[in-house]
Amino acid sequence: MNKLNGQSLKNLLIKNARIIDPVNSIDEVMDLHVQSRKIVKWGKNLQSDDAETMEAKGLCLMPGLVDLHVHFREPGYEHKETIESGVQAAIAGGFVACVAMPNTRPACDNAQVVKYQMERANLLNFNLLPAGTLTQGREGKKISEMAEMKASGAVAVTDDGNWVVDSGVARRAYEYAATYGLPVMTHAEDPTISLNGVMNEGIVSTKLGLRGRPNASEDIATARDIELTRLCQCHLHVQHVSTRGAVDMIRRAKAEGLSVTAEATPHHIALTDTEFVKYDTFYKMNPPLRTEEDRLAVIKGLEDGTIDAIATDHAPHALEEKDLDIEKAPFGTIGLESAFGVVMTELYHGRKWKIGDVIRKLSVVPSEILKKTNLGRLKAGDHANFILVDLDLEWCFEQKDIYSKSMNSCFFGKKLKGKVLHTFVKGFQYTL
Amino acid sequence: MTAGVQWTRKDLLGLKDLSVDEIELILDTAKSFSEVSQRDVKKSPALRGKTVVNLFLEPSTRTRVSFELAEKRLSADAIGMASGGSSMTKGESLWDTIANIEALKVDIIVMRHGSSGAPHRVSNYTHCGIVNAGDGINEHPTQGLLDIFTLREIKGKIKGLKVVFVGDILHSRVARSNVWGLTKLGAEVVICGPKTLIPWGIEELGVKVVHDVKKAIDDADAVTLLRIQMERQNETLFPSIREYASTFGLTLQLFKRAKPDAILMHPGPVNRGVEIEGALADSSQSYILKQVTNGIAVRMAVLYLLSGALKNE
Repeated sequence: MNKLNGQSLKNLLIKNARIIDPVNSIDEVMDLHVQSRKIVKWGKNLQSDDAETMEAKGLCLMPGLVDLHVHFREPGYEHKETIESGVQAAIAGGFVACVAMPNTRPACDNAQVVKYQMERANLLNFNLLPAGTLTQGREGKKISEMAEMKASGAVAVTDDGNWVVDSGVARRAYEYAATYGLPVMTHAEDPTISLNGVMNEGIVSTKLGLRGRPNASEDIATARDIELTRLCQCHLHVQHVSTRGAVDMIRRAKAEGLSVTAEATPHHIALTDTEFVKYDTFYKMNPPLRTEEDRLAVIKGLEDGTIDAIATDHAPHALEEKDLDIEKAPFGTIGLESAFGVVMTELYHGRKWKIGDVIRKLSVVPSEILKKTNLGRLKAGDHANFILVDLDLEWCFEQKDIYSKSMNSCFFGKKLKGKVLHTFVKGFQYTL
Repeated sequence: MTAGVQWTRKDLLGLKDLSVDEIELILDTAKSFSEVSQRDVKKSPALRGKTVVNLFLEPSTRTRVSFELAEKRLSADAIGMASGGSSMTKGESLWDTIANIEALKVDIIVMRHGSSGAPHRVSNYTHCGIVNAGDGINEHPTQGLLDIFTLREIKGKIKGLKVVFVGDILHSRVARSNVWGLTKLGAEVVICGPKTLIPWGIEELGVKVVHDVKKAIDDADAVTLLRIQMERQNETLFPSIREYASTFGLTLQLFKRAKPDAILMHPGPVNRGVEIEGALADSSQSYILKQVTNGIAVRMAVLYLLSGALKNE
């Protein structure tokens, strides 16, 4: 397995990097000085007699990426991923902070599991931000101990893959979460409609002889959750939006002033259900890859601000699990290592986005959604949490680029443009 | 008709991927093999020395028996493997099972699997030829071919015929293979059933969807009935067998709406009194047993062509 080793920064002067920070309105070639793992200052022609210098001409220095949606599988599913291997994958992808989903075993539905995850990540010097469950055991019946989880460091609540079907329970859980200012992250999908579908329901599923999950299962769930947001006055964060219908509803909810935010994944930005033609379970994810029309609606949603953030939904699974029959293979693709390259390829190079907008979706806004203002921007006196990237480096995503314990990527063989070369997390430098 | 067309595939995964020439090559080859089963000594040496494994990971009687007879009549060494008696019940993965079969120096694997795409997935990982004997709800190519073969044998052509499928299209791999094959060969294909049993957007494959069974079979040249696949249903798709039988069940009386020389087909197993009235199944227009007989010739043709392609590799 690949391994990145971090080097604690004592005294480093990064020279001639194009420093980009949308929050501080910076986009200029400058130097940046880090001492004792903390940012001292940035500016033109910085001098230091004793600092080690690093030439970064041609590279961009930007705030480290923040992922609102990862599965690190610990405790309980360590054969897929551990917090350690997940953190490795995150760092390899330029992420300095990740929100870990609570579908562990036991589920992260109490303060003890939250603390356990935080402690593991602290030993690794990583900003792990656990999400607790909405309901106990993710069973959709009783509200979880959210107050205690929040006090222990949980940043949000969600039952993730298990949408709370009972609207009465959901209503009370969302209200309770609102009491503590915890965002409710919703995997908006009505399982009674999705049933045993393995991919998007459409002409491709008909041609392949596979059962589908129609857009309606996501649209119906999104509609209900928006109405509950109106009722409960909570902060709803819609995860991995994949349908044009959901994008429209979120757009309207925002226009009405509801506290709704949303994320989209790199794979829903880059791929469609036609990828499924070889019955390759690496393309089996939930929500499924949709049609081109949906893909373009998601991108439009990102561009007009309907969708606030890009999150990976990094979902590692062991190869022997993914090798099962299509119906039995688990849903999900890993995404941390490829995310920056895919987003740069599709949006910055492909659709001529400004680099500042890429950083907003991958770093600034996610940190704001989590109210973690030490992230998503450069701050003198704070830990070095930033990345050095080459915006134009062309590379092909391959197995050797994976640091996760699992290999189930839907981006193998994909030609990418834009790559993270160094990740600085909590004052430790990792070189790819 | 198919002179000059050469079979180059090591696998037969579905009719979706085949060209018109390839389909016709199989049909023509089957025609010459149908004579073998008429002989006193029902044997051709074409596959002597070849080993075929029949890997049936889902219950099957007629398809399995038909393949076994086809293999034996071609003089191949045939071995059966069913899920119940295989290591797969001990947790062995499909990939390991296939690798083990390949290590036994087997030439062709005939595979029935409950998961759509399973033969497609393993075909890339083995040198053995793979014959799809039914994968999930996706395709059942040899059944589709034998249906088309039977139709062509009786009608002398496929182009321009109105062929109707009534029943559970959603779960029917037989219907899908027929749709791919018949539309390529220029038939007018009509699909009939309640909306809940019709796959999304199937019209885009060039078929017509009609929900009224009377209208569907008007002037039909052939009608194929499909049974309700209760074993694949975990949701309510129609209210009761009784209502299904009364609205979509085909009777002798109803069948008169089709052309006078129309033929009735059914891939089996037949549920008398549900999708078909017993008297209709037994009528002179019913070619259900003819299909069964033709199945052997079509499967012989497929095995023969595949083994030839394997030799060429």
